[in-house]
Amino acid sequence: MNYIFFILIAVSIIIGILNNTISEVVNSMLQSCDIAVKISFSLIGIMAFWLGIMRIAEKSGLVKILSRLLEPIAKILFKDVKKDSPAIGDISMSVAANALGLTNAATPIGLKVMKELQEENPNKDKATDSMCMFLAMNTAGFQIIPATVIAVLVGVGAKNPSEIILPTLIVTTLSFIIAILIAMLLQKIWNRRNYD
Amino acid sequence: MIEKISLYILPLMILAILTAGAVKKVKIYEEFIEGAKDGFKVSISIIPYLVAIIVAISMFKASGAIDIITGLAGSLLERLSIPADIIPIMITRSLSGSATLGLFSEIAHNLGPDSYITKLAAVMVGSSETTFYVLAVYFGSVGIKKYRYALLTGLLADATGIVLAILVSRLFFLASTV
Repeated sequence: MNYIFFILIAVSIIIGILNNTISEVVNSMLQSCDIAVKISFSLIGIMAFWLGIMRIAEKSGLVKILSRLLEPIAKILFKDVKKDSPAIGDISMSVAANALGLTNAATPIGLKVMKELQEENPNKDKATDSMCMFLAMNTAGFQIIPATVIAVLVGVGAKNPSEIILPTLIVTTLSFIIAILIAMLLQKIWNRRNYD
Repeated sequence: MIEKISLYILPLMILAILTAGAVKKVKIYEEFIEGAKDGFKVSISIIPYLVAIIVAISMFKASGAIDIITGLAGSLLERLSIPADIIPIMITRSLSGSATLGLFSEIAHNLGPDSYITKLAAVMVGSSETTFYVLAVYFGSVGIKKYRYALLTGLLADATGIVLAILVSRLFFLASTV
């Protein structure tokens, strides 16, 4: 992340100077600080709501039932999660929320998962294998119905906007599986070579 | 029809969770409040990480770097018969959700809602997730600074997604018109 942060900013400033867009670069720098704070503030309400709902799901035993059901799969994908941890149930809720396109619910549940995984993490500033696996599943963008894209297509008057559903589903399913495989492979390489 | 289904999923999910709580005699209201208390803390704790990633990405967009990359990569990708119009989406889809959606609307508007490029762009956008943003927010919320192989995994998966989107769209939308 150190390199990426440096490259993004250094390249922007250098190109800004060469390209005569430096005033836009500076403006967007100042404006986006504001946007970042606004995004986090706009999350507070929905975050509180879903963390409240999820607490009920946990207390009623729903999350535990999900965890038990998914244990065989979880054992392979999330090796360092303790048995009976609520994390597995929450991970499945998070993946389900993402798959259904419930972005508002997916982020709070996902952050709850991260908190649970962090509790089992011996090295608090370093990601665990389970976190990397969970984020691989998350960043793969598995989604059953791409609702916003369809909305745009409807908006511009496409003849048959739902024809993109099947190809999109094929792509997201495959890239979800491939993301998990990549994470498993990199996990092996990293742990064997001791890169960190 | 499909939009109807997704409209019902959310309320039904909430109803199911509340019912399960009531059946198990959970103090629903008190537990809700207890859980909701964390909402503020979590949202505020991600601010530094959000500022870092959003500032870096929006500076990058404003500098015009994406147009330069499009220009450089254009001729190469044209040779693989990948249309140049799609390149900005390929770059922004891991960086920014709103920018990607904006580019997509622009393509749909300029090239026609039923053109092949619009459909390809639709598949590419529909299968995307803003990897950088997700990593910054999720790791940020628990204070993790060493991502290990998470970023590499995300980027490789994004690249795979792009290739798959191109191949699958070709199969679905080009074969029928030839």
